[in-house]
Amino acid sequence: MVASADDATLAELGERVRAAARARSPLRLRGSGGKDFYGEALAGEVLELGAWRGIVDYEPSELVVTARSGTPLAELEGALAERDQFLAFEPPAFGPGTTLGGVIAAGLSGPRRMYAGAARDFVLGTRLLTGSGERLRFGGQVMKNVAGFDVSRLLCGSLGILGIITEVSLKVLPRPRAEATLRLELPAPAAVAAFNQWAAEPVPLSAAAWWQGQAWVRLSGAEPAVRAARAHIGGDLIEATRAEEWWAGVRHCRHPLFSQPDIWRVSVPATAQPLPLPGEPLIDWGGTVRWYAASLDPATVRAAAEAAGGTALCWRGSAPQGRFHPLTPPVAELHRRLKARFDPAGIFNPGRLLAGL
Amino acid sequence: MDGADIVTALRAVLPEDCLLTREEERRPYECDGLTAFRRLPQLVALPRTDEQVRQVLITCNRLGVPLVARGSGTGLSGGATPHEQGVLLSCARMNRILDIDPLARVARVEPGVANLRISDAAAAHGLYYAPDPSSQVACSIGGNVAENSGGVHCLKYGLTVHNVLAVRGYTIAGERLELGSRAGDAPGLDLLALTIGSEGLLMIVTEVTVKLIPRPPCARLVMASFADVHGAGDAVAAVIGAGIIPAALEMMDRKATAAVEPFVQAGYDLSAAAILLVESDGTQEEVAEQVAEIERVLKGCGATSLRVSGSEAERLRFWSGRKNAFPAAGRISPDYYCMDGTLPRRHVGRVLEAIGEMETRYGLGCMNVFHAGDGNLHPVILFDANEPGSWERADRFGAEILELCVELGGTITGEHGVGVEKLNSMCVQFSPAERAAFAAVKEAFDPAGLLNPGKLIPTLVRCAEYGRMRVHHGQLGHPELPRF
Repeated sequence: MVASADDATLAELGERVRAAARARSPLRLRGSGGKDFYGEALAGEVLELGAWRGIVDYEPSELVVTARSGTPLAELEGALAERDQFLAFEPPAFGPGTTLGGVIAAGLSGPRRMYAGAARDFVLGTRLLTGSGERLRFGGQVMKNVAGFDVSRLLCGSLGILGIITEVSLKVLPRPRAEATLRLELPAPAAVAAFNQWAAEPVPLSAAAWWQGQAWVRLSGAEPAVRAARAHIGGDLIEATRAEEWWAGVRHCRHPLFSQPDIWRVSVPATAQPLPLPGEPLIDWGGTVRWYAASLDPATVRAAAEAAGGTALCWRGSAPQGRFHPLTPPVAELHRRLKARFDPAGIFNPGRLLAGL
Repeated sequence: MDGADIVTALRAVLPEDCLLTREEERRPYECDGLTAFRRLPQLVALPRTDEQVRQVLITCNRLGVPLVARGSGTGLSGGATPHEQGVLLSCARMNRILDIDPLARVARVEPGVANLRISDAAAAHGLYYAPDPSSQVACSIGGNVAENSGGVHCLKYGLTVHNVLAVRGYTIAGERLELGSRAGDAPGLDLLALTIGSEGLLMIVTEVTVKLIPRPPCARLVMASFADVHGAGDAVAAVIGAGIIPAALEMMDRKATAAVEPFVQAGYDLSAAAILLVESDGTQEEVAEQVAEIERVLKGCGATSLRVSGSEAERLRFWSGRKNAFPAAGRISPDYYCMDGTLPRRHVGRVLEAIGEMETRYGLGCMNVFHAGDGNLHPVILFDANEPGSWERADRFGAEILELCVELGGTITGEHGVGVEKLNSMCVQFSPAERAAFAAVKEAFDPAGLLNPGKLIPTLVRCAEYGRMRVHHGQLGHPELPRF
């Protein structure tokens, strides 16, 4: 735990920001740098945020943890594990130093996303350092809070373009009492259909993925529920260490597919039919996310995603027209207006979320 | 701007039966569930289609006329209180369920659809829509989106923001917005999360896509009595601390049980200082295991008696008292004022004690019902509006409870919204810079400030006046003057 009065680091950060705003000199916000590959252009002088770290408040019976944004994810998850709790959105980490601030700024979620919720679903409150060096607080440390606009959730996934997230309060959950991973031999369409069918039944699904003819299904919950679901689903029970390794591979993008230079991440409704794209994808989120390791024509992959009711993100590889799926003009305009108001000097991570912003 | 202009302009874009202009037709819309605040709208528009909504917006924008949206009018914070110079847009006629996809577990509905109708329509597939505000028979999904409504099952199943996948709608300029998606995520900033709970200040929603989840095959309710409110509060923390996430975890104090028991005969223990209602749901085996554990934890916390529902009828009977708490307040008191603060669970006992002290100080009774699992307190202040100064005292009493919630790390509204009701309390919870950030968000969506003006974000002047007033609190001059 850290003393709340110890904020010389924060004061110094505020000074750096004010100076940058006066000079209109862009800052590139950086936790550990593990997500430097993620998003659009990197620009500006690097502003390291890792020093502003530490758990500020953690009361397990409240199901809430509050920590400074530079806190390493590993430290946070370690503290929760000691009290048999965890971050149910299973944020991916792309390096040992991954920080809480990076996790929330990117807003990415792991295999449990469709069953437990996404990163933003667990954000209860944030503190923000704005372009004018002001410190703002949104949301709080309680589950239910509708006072004012939900700026905390807006910041989740904002890639730092609206300001520096300095502190985050997250809802945490007890670790499931029991967990089991099953593997079934199934072609992709049958696997995706089964994932959806099971999700519509009282089955404690916590992850469902598919790769090369095999469906992987994780069950988490009360022991009797997991036992009943195992009997219902069938397949081979995977030994715990092997299962953990598999899900970590999917969660942190360490699965062999990610060793390829070009990766597309296509998000579609869970029931979408196989997409007309070359190669077999790695399927996660019960059919919702489909990873393709191939150098694909952006127009083709975006059109395929849209036809299925989704979007495509160029995760890695060359993307001259931008990595993120294009926004509709009215939505892009709202992005410009929000950016102009939160960061009038345009200093925070310019161009990282949207070209020219 | 002459009132006749907007009537003429809307007549040109809406069928005659979609406009209410006569005073007796407009009168029913003068307030929502917060009946202490009433204003007669200039006119009421009742569009049937997405395109008609867009036309109303464009027209209001062109003529600079304020627009207030209304779902079923069950809101408790005055979010749908009309504007005297404005249009009240009722979504009541946009009440179609557009489609239900049982395999994908989603429903696409118009904003005027009542919350419970979605679950009824999904029931054939073994699915339902989880958020269940107590007004769910009547309240609309559009209103739920505007308020980020909760209910008694939020701890396990989340609020509206966790259960809405996408919305379609329009800005005041008539620009179409499609926010969120069925695909797990959407590119760009999370404007969907920003819109949910924005109380009609940012956009008007014309279509909502919600998540459906499987109906648990079994649910049982544990009812526990405690000799003091602190003990009940500690038991709440102990249940959560034991790694249990119950489907619902509710508390009622003795004043609340005494008010409802003669009314509904729920079987509550009237000798207890407080009772807890703890629900477990899931498969038969899961529930059996969890109920046994809940009983063990509650006994360990000194519960003086424990009862477990033995049948579905008994479970519903145990619930009936909780669900009728507000109507029961109406039976024992001429008027009541329902508050909605949230605080960290560990302070429950302390706040209930403080409320007891305030009852004496303000000379008004207060019964407490509480979504204890999420720390969401609903003190119900009892007063008689016919008694001079009574409403003002109730109002001050409520504000003081909310200020205590803020002081203890909580918030002035857990699920009812700010509306017009809690504008003063917003001054307490947020700094001027934070309120300026809210105003900036508003401006980004609605530069002319026409959507639900005067709600949610207090003006600087108002906060300055409220600050001065709080200094003299308890000895307020001119309590008869309205302060909004």
